[in-house]
This record gives sequence, C-alpha cells and structure tokens, in this order.
Amino acid sequence: MVDVPSDAAAPLSTAEVEDVELYHPRSWITKYVFSQDAKIIAIQYSLTALAIGLVALVLSWLMRLQLGFPGLVSFIDPERYYQLITMHGMIMVIYLLTALFLGGFGNYLIPLMLGARDMVFPYANMLSYWIYLLAVLVLVAGFFVPGGATGAGWTLYPPQAILANTPGQSWGIIVMLVSLILFIIGFTMGGLNYVVTVLQGRAKGMTLMRMPLTVWGIFTATVMALLAFPALFVGAVMMLLDRLIGTSFFMPAIVALGEQLSYRGGSPILFQHLFWFFGHPEVYIVALPAFGIVSDLISTHARKNIFGYRMMVWALVAIGALSFVVWAHHMYVSGMHPSFGFFFATTTLIIAIPTAIKVYNWVLTLWRGDIHFTVPMLFALGFIVTFVNGGLTGLFLGNVVVDVPLSDTMFVVAHFHMVMGVAPILVIFGAIYHWYPKVTGRMLDDALGKLHFWVTFLGAYLIFFPMHYIGLMGVPRRYHEISDMAFVPASTATLNGFITIVALIVGAAQLVFVFNLAWSLKRGRPAGGNPWRATTLEWQTPETPPAHGNWGKTLPVVYRWAYDYSVPGAAEDFLPQNQPPDPRTA
Amino acid sequence: MGVAVVLALVVIGSVAFHLLSPWWWTPIASNWHYIDNTIIITFWITGIVFAAVVLFMAYCLFRFRHREGHRAAYEPENKRLEWWLAIGTGIGVAAMLAPGLVVWNQFVTVPADATTVEIVGQQWQWSYRLPGADGRLGASDVTLVSAENPLGLDPKDARGQDDVIIQGDQLHLLLDKPVKVLLRSLDVVHDFYVPEFRAKMDMIPGSVTYYWFTPTRTGTFEALCAELCSTGHTYMRGGVVVEPESEYRAWLQQQKTFAELAAAARAQARN
Amino acid sequence: MIVIVLFMVLMAMLAGWWLSHQRLAAKPWLEVGIIDEARDSRPRSPQIAKIGLGAFLAVAGSLFALLISAYSMRMSMADWRALPMPIGLWFNTGLLMLASVALHSAVIAARCDEPGNLRSALLAAGVCSLAFLVGQVLAWRELAAAGYFSAANPASAFFYLVTAIHGLHMLGGLVVLGRTTVRSFAAPQVSGALRLSVELCAIYWHFLLLVWLVLFSLLMRWTDDLIEMCRGLLS
Repeated sequence: MVDVPSDAAAPLSTAEVEDVELYHPRSWITKYVFSQDAKIIAIQYSLTALAIGLVALVLSWLMRLQLGFPGLVSFIDPERYYQLITMHGMIMVIYLLTALFLGGFGNYLIPLMLGARDMVFPYANMLSYWIYLLAVLVLVAGFFVPGGATGAGWTLYPPQAILANTPGQSWGIIVMLVSLILFIIGFTMGGLNYVVTVLQGRAKGMTLMRMPLTVWGIFTATVMALLAFPALFVGAVMMLLDRLIGTSFFMPAIVALGEQLSYRGGSPILFQHLFWFFGHPEVYIVALPAFGIVSDLISTHARKNIFGYRMMVWALVAIGALSFVVWAHHMYVSGMHPSFGFFFATTTLIIAIPTAIKVYNWVLTLWRGDIHFTVPMLFALGFIVTFVNGGLTGLFLGNVVVDVPLSDTMFVVAHFHMVMGVAPILVIFGAIYHWYPKVTGRMLDDALGKLHFWVTFLGAYLIFFPMHYIGLMGVPRRYHEISDMAFVPASTATLNGFITIVALIVGAAQLVFVFNLAWSLKRGRPAGGNPWRATTLEWQTPETPPAHGNWGKTLPVVYRWAYDYSVPGAAEDFLPQNQPPDPRTA
Repeated sequence: MGVAVVLALVVIGSVAFHLLSPWWWTPIASNWHYIDNTIIITFWITGIVFAAVVLFMAYCLFRFRHREGHRAAYEPENKRLEWWLAIGTGIGVAAMLAPGLVVWNQFVTVPADATTVEIVGQQWQWSYRLPGADGRLGASDVTLVSAENPLGLDPKDARGQDDVIIQGDQLHLLLDKPVKVLLRSLDVVHDFYVPEFRAKMDMIPGSVTYYWFTPTRTGTFEALCAELCSTGHTYMRGGVVVEPESEYRAWLQQQKTFAELAAAARAQARN
Repeated sequence: MIVIVLFMVLMAMLAGWWLSHQRLAAKPWLEVGIIDEARDSRPRSPQIAKIGLGAFLAVAGSLFALLISAYSMRMSMADWRALPMPIGLWFNTGLLMLASVALHSAVIAARCDEPGNLRSALLAAGVCSLAFLVGQVLAWRELAAAGYFSAANPASAFFYLVTAIHGLHMLGGLVVLGRTTVRSFAAPQVSGALRLSVELCAIYWHFLLLVWLVLFSLLMRWTDDLIEMCRGLLS
C-alpha cells in the first residue's frame, strides 16, 4: 500500500469543519411529519412504497387465482382482470421499486454513506415525498372512481388506453396519467437532491472512487431517471390531451365497434417510442441501485473487498449510458423500420457484457472469502441466481429474431419478473435486513428472516422458471385464461394451478416479513452501532439510530476506500473508512 | 453448507425440468426453423453459463464458508482474469447475435414470388382480403369503413373490385408457397399470431405492417391475438388452414369479391 | 427520436468530460490518507445552487428535446397541415431577448454592487417577461380567432402544447424573479445571497431564451429541411 504523507493523514480538529447550515425542527410535526431530515423522509418513502407494494401483491394473488383456477373467483371477469394487471404492473415498477430504491434507500444512505449531514436541498426533499404520497393517493383513487381503475396494461398503449371499451376509460386512465405526472414532478425534486448531494456533499477525503458501490448505483440510476422520466411525462401529457380534449397526438383514424371516431392521423408508435425511451432506462433505474447494494452486501458478509471495484464502477456507468440506446428492443414486433432491428439487437446484446462482468465480480468476491450466511447475504445470493437466470433469458428477447415468436408471450412475463421483479425485490429485502439495525437500533429476527428468505427465493423461482416454458409454447401474456388453446396440452392447467398455489405461499411469507419488521422494532436484539462490522461511514455514526445532523459535532474524514476487509496485517478484519492510517506504517 | 446444496439443486432441477417437462414449443409449420435453431443455440449458451455461474458459486459457498480463525484473502482485482472473462462473454454474445441477425435479414427480406394476403384486425375479430384476378390489392382507408364496406376499401379503386373478402371464416393458405402478410387494424393495436408459424408482427392502426413466411405443413392452426386489445383480447381467435392447390382452389371459388358483396348490400338496401 | 438521442449524446459527453476529471482509473485500495486536499469539501451554497440549477436545466432540456422529437415524428404523418404563425411571435421573441439582456446587466450590476442599476434591470426583465407571456397569450387568441384552435389539427395542438410548457417554465421563473426583485428593493446593498439569486435567474432566462429560439425556428418551419435530412438518414 502506498501511503500519502502522514501530515495529510492527521485528523482534522473540530474547528476546521464548519457546521453546515441545518434546518432545526421546532415541533413534533416538523420533526416527524413534515420533516426535512433525509432519514425521516427515507422512512416515509419506504413505508409508503412497501404499503402500496402490499396492495400490488394482493392484486397479483387475484390474477394468479384466475389463471390457476379459472372461474374460481367469479368476480374476476376480463374487465377486472385487466384492471388488476395494469395496477399491479404500474405500482410495482414505479411506485414500489423506483420510489423505494431512490426515495427510500437513496435518501437514507446517500448522506450517511458520504459523510454529509443531510441532503443539499432539504425543503425540496420534503416536498418530493409529499408529492409522491399525493401521487400514490391519486393512483389508489383509481380503484374508487366510476368505472374503476384503468385496464390498459401498464404500458398504456394508445389507442386502446383511451378508447371506450377499455376498462376505466371514463376516469381510471385520467387518474393514472395525473398520478404519473405528479410522481415525475415529485421524483425530479428528490432526484436533483440526490445528484447534487453526491456531487457536492461528500465528506473530506471521499473521492468518487472511494464511494461505496451502493452510492454509485443510486447516483447513476438517479441521473438516468432524471433524463428518462421526462419522456413518460411528455407521453402522459399528450395522452391526457388526446383523452380530454380530443387532440390526435397518438390517435389515428379509428372505427371503434362500427362507429367512426373524430381522431385523425395520430401515431400510436410515437407513444411507444416515448414510453420505452423512459421504459427501458427504467429497468436499469431499478437494477443499478440493486447492483450497488448487492455489491456492498456481498463484500461485507463475505468479509472481502468487492472484486474489481474499478471495473464495477465503469460497468455501472457503461450500462447507464448504453441503456439509452436500446429502448426499441421493446418494439421489435411493432412494425418499425426493419433496419432498426439490427441496430437495437446489437446494442442490447452489447449491454450484456458489462452486466456479465458485474455478475462475475460478485461471484469472484465470494472466492476465497470468509462467507457468513447472514440473512442479508442469503438474499444477496438469491439475487445472483435469479438475476443470472433472468438476465440470460433477456438474451433471447434482445436478439431481434428470437423475440419474434417469444414477444408478448408468457416467456416475457417470466423473464421480466425474474430479472426486474424478483431479483431487485430480493435485494430490497436483503438491504432492509442489513440496514434495519442502523435505522432502528435493533436487529430483525434471524429465524423469521431465514424462513422469509427460503420461501421467497425458492417459491419465486418455482413460479417464474416453469412459466418460461408456457410462453415458449406460444401462450400469450395478458390473457384472462391461459390454458384453453388448441396447441396447449392439458397438463398445462395443472402447472398453472401449481404456480398459483406457490404464489399464494410466497405472498403469505411476506406477511412474516411485515410481522418481523413490526415485532423487532420493540423486541429485536439491540444491534449496537456496527453489528455487521462494516467499513462504510453509515455504520460509524456516533449514535444509532443516527441523530439529526448525523455526525454530532465533527464531520467524518475519509482516509480509505469502502472495502478494506481482511487487509493483511490489520488487527481486525475490517478498517472503517474514517479510520486514519496507522502512523507506524506511514 | 445447506445453501450450497440448495443452489446446486436449483441448477440440477432447472436442467431436469428443461429436459423432461412436456411443455415445449409447438411443432413448426413454416420455414422459420431458422428461428428455432437460433433459440436452441441461445439455450445452449445461456444454459451453460447459468449452470457454470451458479455451480461455481455453490462451490465457493461450500469451500469458503465461515470457520473460526479463517480469514478472507485480500484481492482487489485481477485485470487479466477480468479481461478474459469479458472477452469470453463477448464471444458468447456474438455467437448468439450473429445467427440472429442473419435470420432477421431473411425475416425482413420478402421473396419476390410471395403472394400477398391482408389481415385486418378489429375488436375482436379477424378479417382477410386476398387479391383478385389482377393479383393486386386495392386501396383502403379506415375512414371509408361502414356497415356495407367493413374493411374500408376504396370503391373508386378498380384494383379493389375483385379483391376477395373473407369475414367470419378461416384464412386458407397454399402449402409451400411464400406469403407476404399485410397487417392493418381498424381500431387498436392487435397482433396476428399463429404459434406454429413462429412469425408475428403488430398491426398498428394508421399504418400497414407486414411479415412473410412459407407454410410447410397442412392442417388447421389456431390464430391468437398477441397484443392487448381490451376485454375481448383473450377470445380474439382465428384460424388458418394450410392446404394443397386443389383444395385451396375449391375453397377460393366459394368466396365473394368486394364488387359482389357491395352489389348484394345495395340489393338488400333496395328491398 | 433523433433529437433526443443527440441531446443524450451531448449529456453523455458532458458526463464523460466530468468523469474524466474524477480519477476513475485510480486504484483506491492503494491510496490511504486524504487525497483530495485541493478540493474544498465544505459545501458552499453558491456552487451547490448553481449545480442544482444546472441539473434541473438538464432535465428541462430533456423534456424539450423529447417534445421536439415528438413534434418532428408527428410532422411526418400524412395529415400534418402547417399553421400560419402569428406575426406577434417575432415581437415576443424580441421581448424575451430584452429580458435576457436585462438580466445579464442585472448580473453585472450585482457584481459591481450597484443596487440602483440592479433594481431597474430586474424590473425591466420582469416587465419584458410578463409582456412576453401576454404576447404568447395574444398569439394563442389570434390563432384561435382564425379558427385554428381545433383539436383536429395536430400542428396547432403542438403549437399550444409547446408554448404552454415553455410558458409554465417561465411562470415558475417569474415567481423566483419576483422574490429576487422584492429582496433587491429591501436590501440597501447587494448581499452575496442576492447576487446568487440574480445569477441563477439570469442563467435560467438564458436557457429559456435558447429553448424558445429552438422552438421558434421549429414553429416557423426553418428547420423542416433539417428534420427531413435526419429522417432521410434513418431510412
């Protein structure tokens, strides 16, 4: 190791570090409700996202009941079924995954991991949460408006989304679009915060290459989200105008059930371009924070530095950049110019290379490690398996001609659930088991955690792995019944029933998790400041849970990278980032 | 220890399921076995990578599980290994992409001798139009659609008068004769999908899309809609009959042209 | 979509330029101690605010680039009928330029600590901006009076949409400009915070002017050939 001259390494005295201007809460309301403290906002974001996620989970049960046992629940007619799939998809992708990774983990971890006292624009940060909450409430209102929620599918493709015989055409679609617009406005306020905090709020000594990969992942994802969400915004505004005042941005001349409509000349494909220009980066907006967090979980619990840190950072940035030139692989069968197929298939498969490098480096981090099978580690391992599986099936769908028979079949459903449903959610669980002790000061129960992991991981795999084969047969997605086709063998109905039963069990296991969260809050084992013996700054706060301002009087100073685990010659098997170099070796 | 075993079992179980399960693609009935071959190549490459990564991981978990007094190695990176892995991945990706692009090139290049068939989707039924004796389809426009003119053909276009229009019946195709399918929709996005043919393409209202294939097996095949088109989506089924020349001619004889249908509609209106 | 892709390439180049200064090739495990002595780690509010505004302008830029992309794609559809542009738009463009110039001189006044000049420059900018918005509304009414306010015409739908979104951005800016102007009258001298506010307003107004000039040339159909060329490149 090359040490910097020792005078540079001397810890700074208190007087040198200026107390940044912090807002000071005056009442209970401003401390816990309209709080500007990123940690409180993070908890608010997380709880809201988890709550709405549970709603989406229940929706998926109903869908699976219909698919596994058609007719068993008689109120799920096609209309209701499409409302279920639409709300399930939209909630999971945007209101759960995006909000939880960026609004939840981003808010909590960015200031703490970087050694900042708070986000740089706390007021906008608070507004961000409240607008998000409003967006969620507007979304939920969709269930109660006349005609019910929209049943247009989460992709909201026009003309279908706003035509008369689509469920929720009268109010549901309007409510959905307004909710999305609100979400984007709220997210932009939060996102600017995360980015500028990473750029400007880092503690002394925290260079970019010393940032934990969690922060790299969230940072890259936020930059992407800020640039990609406007596409959804534009699409939503234009569709709202088409629906409300009859413009023809997306609506061509149409004969709906024998009647000529007044729309003329619009382009449904234009919406698809806008939607997927947002929609594909969105996949990585969810994936990159998961990549970052899982890197830190593996490194901490295998007591070994993340293998190939530089390559991991470059891969994150490369994936982020490339993900803006692959969007049309969602549109291979939309009749766009055939030459686009060559371009987008090539870019899509190229993105597999940096992604594969990340997988190799996670596995190579385990090699010659000292692996503790803690609950967060189990979830990280589960993530690798499901992500590798789902990522590899992406190579089928990204390869334009292979996509032709498989697109819009259950294969696609299985693929994206594995890769951007199950995999990131396993990371979310792992991250919650990992950071819960910091947030609350108590550990989550280990036995319940292991039960939760095994049922969730194996169950999810049993749900989605066989589903690929149903799609391979040619069963389309978004069908109200998926076993009545001439080419489908009778045994498929059994398989569908099996999948449904497993889905119900996996869903029930989430209640164990919710119980664990609540129970451990008061009864969990006290955690201490650094239960996992981790190096990153959030574990080095003077108090646990961290107090307002995070660091007491003195801001931390960073002397080393985030992964000094099992350093040869060191007494402990971890060296916190703010531990000064040993003067004897200097 | 247990974790390692379970992960190994996940790999073994997945491979066993792949090999033994009764659920596999439908027997092909078109020239697109090239697509099937590309899928097989992809299955092999991705299957090997999946098994290798997860089994290696399981081995690591077993071999390097925590034991008292044991300490992890210190290894920040290994440039050579990382580059080799990246290059290996690149080769694997190229091995899948190259055949895929070659086949895509075939897929978008319609042979000159292909006959044209038009398929029109609307909520929730399929209609078909075949060129008449002149071998060409007449112009059409959605705004011309009416009860008498359900597909919106231009009555002024002479080429359209002899077009054969098929509603509420199956589409018949000639065996071993390449066919270019033009796709049109009157309302929302649909997708005419016969799993046995492998090929499909969305039909976008306001534009005409296409794909081509050659039916290689006689029989009746179920057609599905593969793009969400609202509540009737699940039940928007059609059928395609592939048959040899003689039977095809007999069927075609019974079909009505646009001019005949229009005359019948006018006669009905007069009564 | 070529416009938004070009915009993203620009963003990627910016990001790449910035990243290239961040020692991404360093081996962090070999470096122990404080290695960024030169960087002042204490967050300073002027820099933070400017970077924050810059990030927001990137987001807004993406929004407008997407609108322009959508505009050019929709333009290629068969039913596109161009609008006669109200002559008042020229006048409005002039007003927006004046507002930008006024804010620029406000920045100079703030830097030279001349509160009087600063106040009049801020007032002038505010008046010009309000006049711009009024002018835009008049243009809307003129088009509507000529019978173009119909949902059936995509060109007019786009005209109303892009001018409305641009106008909303300006309204948001006017709130901040209004507060800044009030503060400039309240304070006897130009404080650091006030100078910062003025600078931020100026940056934002220059951005709005730039966006407007692009939109204006699009609406005036000067860019048709360019769009045609891009489309030719793609097919």
